[in-house]
Amino acid sequence: MELGINKEVTKKSKKLNFKQFLIDNNTYIILVLLIIISSMLSDTFLSSMNLRNIMLQQAGPILVAIGMLFVILTGGIDLSVGSVMAVGATVSATLISELGVNYVSAILVAIVIGIIFGLFTGILVAYAGMQGFVASLATMTIARGVSFVITEGKPVKLAIGTLDTIVSKEAFYPIILIAIILIIVFALVQKYTSWGRIVIAIGSNTTAVQLAGIRTKRYIMSTYAVSAALAALAGVFIAARSSTGSATVGMGQELDAIAACVIGGASLAGGKGFVVKAVAGGLILGLIGNIMNLMAVPSYPQDIIKGFIIIAAVILGILTNKSEKNV
Amino acid sequence: MQKEYAVQMKNISKHFGGVKALSDVSLYVEKGEIHALIGENGAGKSTLMKILAGAYQKDSGEIVIDGKEAKISSPKDVINLGVSVIYQEFMLAPDLTVAENIFIDKLAGSGKWINWKSLRKKAKEQLFNLGFDDIDPDAKVGSLSVAYQQIVEICKCLARESKVLVFDEPTAVLTFSETRKLLSIIQNLKANGVSIIYISHRLEELLEISDHITVLKDGKYVATVATSSINKEELVTMMVGREITQLFPERKAKIGKEILKVENLYAGELVKDVSFSVKSGEVLGFSGLVGSGRTEAMRAIFGADKKNSGKVIYFGEEVNFKDPKEAINKGLGFLPEDRKKQGLLLEQSIRMNTTIASMYKIKKFGIINHKKEKEYVKELLASIATKYGKMDDNVNSLSGGNQQKIALAKWLSADCKVLVFDEPTRGVDVGAKTEIYKIINKLAEEGVGIIVISSEMEEIIGMCDRAIVMRQGSIAGEVSRSELSENNLIKLAMGV
Repeated sequence: MELGINKEVTKKSKKLNFKQFLIDNNTYIILVLLIIISSMLSDTFLSSMNLRNIMLQQAGPILVAIGMLFVILTGGIDLSVGSVMAVGATVSATLISELGVNYVSAILVAIVIGIIFGLFTGILVAYAGMQGFVASLATMTIARGVSFVITEGKPVKLAIGTLDTIVSKEAFYPIILIAIILIIVFALVQKYTSWGRIVIAIGSNTTAVQLAGIRTKRYIMSTYAVSAALAALAGVFIAARSSTGSATVGMGQELDAIAACVIGGASLAGGKGFVVKAVAGGLILGLIGNIMNLMAVPSYPQDIIKGFIIIAAVILGILTNKSEKNV
Repeated sequence: MQKEYAVQMKNISKHFGGVKALSDVSLYVEKGEIHALIGENGAGKSTLMKILAGAYQKDSGEIVIDGKEAKISSPKDVINLGVSVIYQEFMLAPDLTVAENIFIDKLAGSGKWINWKSLRKKAKEQLFNLGFDDIDPDAKVGSLSVAYQQIVEICKCLARESKVLVFDEPTAVLTFSETRKLLSIIQNLKANGVSIIYISHRLEELLEISDHITVLKDGKYVATVATSSINKEELVTMMVGREITQLFPERKAKIGKEILKVENLYAGELVKDVSFSVKSGEVLGFSGLVGSGRTEAMRAIFGADKKNSGKVIYFGEEVNFKDPKEAINKGLGFLPEDRKKQGLLLEQSIRMNTTIASMYKIKKFGIINHKKEKEYVKELLASIATKYGKMDDNVNSLSGGNQQKIALAKWLSADCKVLVFDEPTRGVDVGAKTEIYKIINKLAEEGVGIIVISSEMEEIIGMCDRAIVMRQGSIAGEVSRSELSENNLIKLAMGV
């Protein structure tokens, strides 16, 4: 009897193959459609200068979205990423311009300090039992405060030839390269490492994972550390591009990162989401901003349109889930 | 004289997937009587009551309430018809007051505004009528004892002017004196013309207060008898007394040395002074009522919960597993009773679920070898005859029996030396049951020491070399293979 049911299912699934393809790849399809529409709306969209700008602009936010994704996969959330970006920007800028540290060391120190913030949130969540929302809200305030204290409220100017080297160096763009490498690395980490698998398993059913002999707390904590490390690096990127370390960097960036994950099909309940799709989600948000800039849409209406696009993407995800259940 | 019925459930049937939970079950409750409903765990009592309460929809059959056919599509329909169910877990809001809880569905009466004064007065009246005027209508429900919470729940049902009250194991959580008080309340309710359906495992109570008893077994109706015409032994015979056929395959395991010994284990609030041992190749059963502390004892040994005191000796060495990882590293595995909540990652792949407890086999330096994993999982699942589409499909695409096999496969893969199976065949159809028994037998033949916690006495008798019966957190007794019978197990479990 069960065999009969299986046969029926395979027959059905063949019919649904194409539909399933659309469902599985909806984030990519939206991205491609957006690129096509954008190139029709504006001649400059596909110019190499605009494409380079998009990549330079989105490198940071996309890394933040990847970090956020791992936290979301465990069923948590990290609201502190925007503030940790400011820590990354102000720490690296201060080290370079006030203490004369070379830029590579400054970047590494900024990342390490970011990780400390991440571990702080992670310990509060995993070991003290705080909800991710609350713990990271606290860290968000603390990190923002710390960056203002570091800079004494004034932006730190960076001299030419220091941190801006990672933006462009003889027609070569280190930021873009670093971002691409990290995207690939984290996509592989998700698929091929036991860490990546356990993180998604925890979001699926923490109790079952614990009963299978896995110490879930340290994995939960580690996702916040990863998220903060990537956020700090994204903050360095912004400091490099503007040659300024400002404590106001990354305001509201946590919401864009969450939106990127959600557009990429991640579930805030945990256990569902992909690195590459979150990257696509981040690019979708970035492209929408870009094309509206090119078409000279003022920035407030841009926010309204962005909000509706997030709703559309999530509704699409809900519909997708429903049709999966019907199969 | 024609009898008047408060509730008639006629020829009710209900399927869950491929599992037949109820077939052709009838229950006739006369007006103003106390009607007891009994049967083993899984006999279908709860399913039948959930259908009456509107929580489940029946597949076929007819429900007549107060002489009129009832169309029940939601819990609210049933409440409007004057039927209320008091579950073991109360439907109370702990942060609201007693008065608010009693009138939760009609706080404002007929107007728009809540008249707190009259609400309190009416609550006081309700409590007084039951003889509990010592309960303060302004007290938060969460601050009351379990027994008092139950009183509030009863008041809530009476405030809805319910004519039929269903009690699902009301005394399971009560002390002796609280139980006495509740039984007298129920008799008072009966005197006031309320009809009662009473579900309990405690036979003495049923025999004391009920007028009729309906017995269910394996989702089928056995009989309805007048309480005055039957004694306890006859009831037990009606509840059990079934032939065990080829459901249980033969086992040729050699019982070897003792590998796990537990001495005077205390854990949580429930588990008291539990001692037992398991030998290699042995299948040891743990029988008893739901809530008798079997799962809690095993979880403490496995490191999932804390022990208060007691010794665990594992392969001749005293151990104290602080978390499941330590237990699993030493080869002690635990299949939890609720596969959906504790056993499986339902939204993840079959493959991931199979290897989650034994990832060391498929990874090197933290990197998963997907090819090796696929081959390994394919072989393992074939060896236990699991039916699945693709191994990257989510586990929730499988039938209950096959889901349970994935949960088992996880532990097979972990190379355990002692395995605890908590309700290994719950919600699984008969065919898959036999296959799960075969897997258990094979493990025993390989020398694994096995503990099977089961509320199905049939399973304990058919599968185990020996059984320990627990009651209220302690060991009530041990039954050897030759003396395993449902009669003996029930007597120990109920303290008859």
